[in-house]
Amino acid sequence: MITPSIVWREKAQKYRLEAGKCKKCGKILFPPRLVCPKCGAREFDLINLPLEGKILSWTVIHTGHPAFSDLQPYGVVIVEVMEDVKILMPFADFKKEDLKIGAKVKIEFRKIQEGGESGVIAYGYKAVPCLE
Amino acid sequence: MIGIVGYGSYIPRYRIKVEEISKIWGANPENYKKGLGLTQKSVPAPDQDVITESVEAARNALKRAKISPQKLGCLYIGSESHPYAVKPSGTVVAEAIGASGNIHISSLEFACKAGSESMYLAYAQVKAGLVEYGMGIGADTSQGAPSDALEYSTAAGAAAFIFGSENVIATVDFTHSYTTDTPDFWRREYQHYPRHGSRFTGEPAYFHHIFSCGKALLEKSNMKPEDFKFAVFHQPNGKFPLTIGKKLGFKEEQLKTGFLVPTLGNTYSGSSPIGLTAILDEAKAGDKIFMVSFGSGAGSDGFIFTVTKKIKEVQNLAPKTRDYLDKKLFFVDYGTYAKFRKKILKLVE
Amino acid sequence: MKEIAVIGYGLTKFGELWDKSLRDLFVEASLKAIEKSGIEEIDALYVGCMSSGLFTEQEHLGALIADYLGKNPIPATRVESACASGGVAILQGIYAIASGFYETVLIGGVEKMTDVSGGTATIALGTAADSSYELFFGATFPGLYALMATAHMEKYQTKRDALSMVAVKNHFHGKFNPYAQFPFEITKEQVLSSPMVSEPLHLLDCSPITDGAAAIVLTTKEKAEKTGKPYILLKGFGQASDTIALHQREDITFLKAVAKSAEKAYKMANIKPNDICVAEVHDCFTIAEIMVYEALGLAEKGKGQDLILKEETKIGGKIPVNTSGGLKAKGHPVGATGVAQVCEIYQQLTKEAEKRQVEGAKIGLCQNMGGTGASSVVTIWEVMK
Repeated sequence: MITPSIVWREKAQKYRLEAGKCKKCGKILFPPRLVCPKCGAREFDLINLPLEGKILSWTVIHTGHPAFSDLQPYGVVIVEVMEDVKILMPFADFKKEDLKIGAKVKIEFRKIQEGGESGVIAYGYKAVPCLE
Repeated sequence: MIGIVGYGSYIPRYRIKVEEISKIWGANPENYKKGLGLTQKSVPAPDQDVITESVEAARNALKRAKISPQKLGCLYIGSESHPYAVKPSGTVVAEAIGASGNIHISSLEFACKAGSESMYLAYAQVKAGLVEYGMGIGADTSQGAPSDALEYSTAAGAAAFIFGSENVIATVDFTHSYTTDTPDFWRREYQHYPRHGSRFTGEPAYFHHIFSCGKALLEKSNMKPEDFKFAVFHQPNGKFPLTIGKKLGFKEEQLKTGFLVPTLGNTYSGSSPIGLTAILDEAKAGDKIFMVSFGSGAGSDGFIFTVTKKIKEVQNLAPKTRDYLDKKLFFVDYGTYAKFRKKILKLVE
Repeated sequence: MKEIAVIGYGLTKFGELWDKSLRDLFVEASLKAIEKSGIEEIDALYVGCMSSGLFTEQEHLGALIADYLGKNPIPATRVESACASGGVAILQGIYAIASGFYETVLIGGVEKMTDVSGGTATIALGTAADSSYELFFGATFPGLYALMATAHMEKYQTKRDALSMVAVKNHFHGKFNPYAQFPFEITKEQVLSSPMVSEPLHLLDCSPITDGAAAIVLTTKEKAEKTGKPYILLKGFGQASDTIALHQREDITFLKAVAKSAEKAYKMANIKPNDICVAEVHDCFTIAEIMVYEALGLAEKGKGQDLILKEETKIGGKIPVNTSGGLKAKGHPVGATGVAQVCEIYQQLTKEAEKRQVEGAKIGLCQNMGGTGASSVVTIWEVMK
């Protein structure tokens, strides 16, 4: 669902991968939460996660979300951006040989969905293969 | 000294060849390749627009500037394909790169000159002492009407520059702008595609403005073309920049480093700024750079830069422009291009 | 805790039921269950349904259904836990009877999925995942299970063939189920030549979009005994949760909530996995069935494919799984699935399963999960006679 208030509320996470780091046990939570699931603490520092990582699993979706029809078939990967910090994201601009568990990826800023032709644009992160 | 402290570019991975476009319109590709001096152009993916390209270029510029984004006092994006008609592109970019709310932001439009204009304003803000650092971005996902000659060249890409006064990698030594009312190219409100005056875009528009601006800049600086290691002009095709360079007294050797149009196409507001990033990728301390943009309507912004010894510390901190230009490319057919550029009418539920 | 029995069940045909509405489906299954139970005095009604709002623009199912079933003014409650809605609804009935508050309750599960386009159904089902961090980014359900499959295949060398054989086996079983959406056999070749949905999962690795309803009557053992009708007894149950987002799990190749829910159920029933004679599990995708084998302890971690490759889970094997055809061949009206599983185990344990009958089945297990395994319910049933 793409509405102005949702896009606005989630911009720190979607735009720049802002995460919470538990002040007590150090667990990194993306998105940030109010309670640490590991130690129960409720205070966090905000940090920005690195814009790179490695693929933990991948798929290529041939029949998918209607908002992604222009991109079909599109990739979806789970990326480990730091130890124990994993994020699911679309995989853009890839070739068959880029679909590999363990492959390094970069995270780029992309348009994810739009609230219709006249609606607000929801931006976010996507993984792409490294240029090298 | 005030100058560029960080720069970065971004070019999408997709390309379409002249042959793919000419095939659709029953044209001879050789005529276009020869006439326009280009073989292919970049194409934005459906998930890319001026904002996404600008964020990537801005992130690359920040990596090279090694400054906190919180220190940016202004951010300008020049483009003629801002995703929103009303709503600034820069607000999204500023949030994405982690800039503070204490920032002056504006979307600029002056046909293909909007990018250099954003550089000019960011530089002026720093020089006036109003901000510590300022960012100027030129970005476009240019529109060319199907079957129009422009369709063969309109491309996508972005360049971002951070101006400041410490750790400068290229000082801004002189600037000059030259502007007249010349209707060589325009797009009216609510129109999908721009119109142009065909051959009228040449002599009275492109050549007159770049020549007038370039000549004034040389006079102002009391410099000669041979004083420069590099020169870059707006690159609407592969012929105009070489012609104007020659007319101003520059040699092809000085132009080639920033001359990207043969395989990139015309990135409009990104054109001469991306060319400048390719030059900075290669430049050495002491090199002087001559740059004149052109925007229809019409006007030119000119800059003279001197590269400092700091340059070599930052060149490898972000992807180089030639890497974006040449690596990991996807060549698309016209159908895919039409889909990517939303030229296919689909069912809307 | 009171001993609890299933005394009757009812199912609609599963499939694209163009002439039936959500309320028609629920009422049809419920009337069959009530009639079969021989009990007219229903104290309360629970309905499991995942997404009637997105599929049919109808919420407030409890009231709707009590009304159309002619059971006003009994209390009626809708339970939602994505694809585990049916299973979780059953637990609500169990709690109500176990506490002594009600004697007899009707549990229904229903989903009417075919009134919307495929795209709308994809989004509706996608809401069972993390809407902001999975669905928003284009992850569909086949996509999420495909991520599990890719990782499982890499980590444990699970063969593509094993996935195909799950579909082949469940279609073989489904052929004998009169309620099944796809009561016909398929081959491994057909699985691989079916359209790719989300690599490595083909269309025939996926459960379908289905309309359907299922209902059971739950009552006390004493009351069941009085009716003189066949019944099955609850031996144990368990429910557990995991992260809503797949990527936040420590290990995406293991269904932890399924394992936890099973552990609780085994402990309560005081049995071991190899005491199970027949099981209905949540094979929303072929990889899911293999991973559920491992989570239920029917196979060791990473060895789920051995059971299917050796045909141990086919009728006639060591532990027949999804004799109904499973979600794959029987169909998967999501809210109904958890209840339909108990209907199958009821038929198996009371020897009503006809051509699908597992000889000598005394103990049956049902495993129903929501999302990518973020909710799981396991129930274990036994027949006395």
